[in-house]
Amino acid sequence: MKKIYANATEALDGVISDGMLIAAGGFGLCGIPEMLLEAIKASGAKDLTFASNNAGVDDFGIGILLQTKQVKKMISSYVGENAEFMRQYLSGELELEFNPQGTLAERMRAGGAGIPGFYTKTGVGTVIADGKEHKEFNGETYILEEGIFADLAIVKAWKADDTGNLVFRKTARNFNVPAATCGKICVAEVEEIVPRGSLEPDSIHLPGIYVHRIVQGNHEKRIEQRTTRKKEEA
Amino acid sequence: MPWDRNQMAARAAEELEDGMYVNLGIGIPTLVANYVGDKDITLQSENGMLGMGPFPFEGEEDADLINAGKQTITELSRTSYFDSATSFAMIRGGKIAAAILGAMEVDEKGDLANWMIPGKLVKGMGGAMDLVAGVGRVVVVMDHTNKHGDSKVLKECTLPLTGQGVVDRIITNLGVLDVVEGGLKIVELADGVSEDDMRAATQATIVN
Repeated sequence: MKKIYANATEALDGVISDGMLIAAGGFGLCGIPEMLLEAIKASGAKDLTFASNNAGVDDFGIGILLQTKQVKKMISSYVGENAEFMRQYLSGELELEFNPQGTLAERMRAGGAGIPGFYTKTGVGTVIADGKEHKEFNGETYILEEGIFADLAIVKAWKADDTGNLVFRKTARNFNVPAATCGKICVAEVEEIVPRGSLEPDSIHLPGIYVHRIVQGNHEKRIEQRTTRKKEEA
Repeated sequence: MPWDRNQMAARAAEELEDGMYVNLGIGIPTLVANYVGDKDITLQSENGMLGMGPFPFEGEEDADLINAGKQTITELSRTSYFDSATSFAMIRGGKIAAAILGAMEVDEKGDLANWMIPGKLVKGMGGAMDLVAGVGRVVVVMDHTNKHGDSKVLKECTLPLTGQGVVDRIITNLGVLDVVEGGLKIVELADGVSEDDMRAATQATIVN
């Protein structure tokens, strides 16, 4: 099966629809599927729900889909850097479900692994636990959290081969792995598609079985907080 | 004189022992890294990294290498990278020895509030709820009172909680308190701070 597509629009052809649940990789602006988000914007699909740790900034990442009001709901752990997000949320136009970051990652991992629910200590005694099943194990209380089964996963990797084996770079791996696994269809954008056999089999971060479509392109890779030190401090 | 930010960070660094894997929160906790000295400490960044290095030199920033505060950082010879599910598996699984975090309020039962003020902009809890529920030891570093002079060390937190009964030790500009049976116990006073000063600034029950 041919997995490589010419551009992001073609890579999403036939897999985008109104009202769908999309799991997106990335942490802040690091390792986000920026090309695929642009292509979703261009598709005009609306009433989308995104399971994504963050919501981008106003003009980059998922933020661009907030500008066009294509997002109905966000499932996120932190949305602090986005003014348009706050405006829509406070005016009631946008639904928001806060998940603790680790719970969100595990919900994706669980969904991808065929696990519909799991118990965690995270959030016990907080608003996160409201309305959720509580259960004791060995004298400690846990709450039930559900796996995420997304209609579509969009992720960004560093390298892919034509079979969809992916390699990520540094902290840009983040949510991309669990997000990729929990989608019925996973589309990956990469910086480089390399010949089959050139990725070390022992060093593949996500096996191609999880990846259905691949597109290569140039990434802006915007930095959110540029922090440096002076040479003399070294 | 009560401790300043750097002195609080230096005191918090004394909590860390050789060989520990540690997660540092944003703000004063970040400064703790400057005071670990010769101790062999591995810093975890919950976006998927063990062995976090210092900020890069100008011109060497890498968009693929950031910490949980989204700041550019560097790697070390010991560094490993992993995905977010693995990162929180090691947090939830108790592999991280300690977290040093900031707080808006702490109470005498060890409840912690540091993510939300009702009626104000809500940014989200990020990884804070997972950290306080999962790591071996939770040390809070914060000013003892808010800018109005009200105590942040309370009988009962008023803000939405990040975790219930999770705090082990509180380090403030006035000194160090432990969460014990029945309330808080004074462990140490900052130079020039009397026990009366500490008690006056603390709403929580102080036990001997």
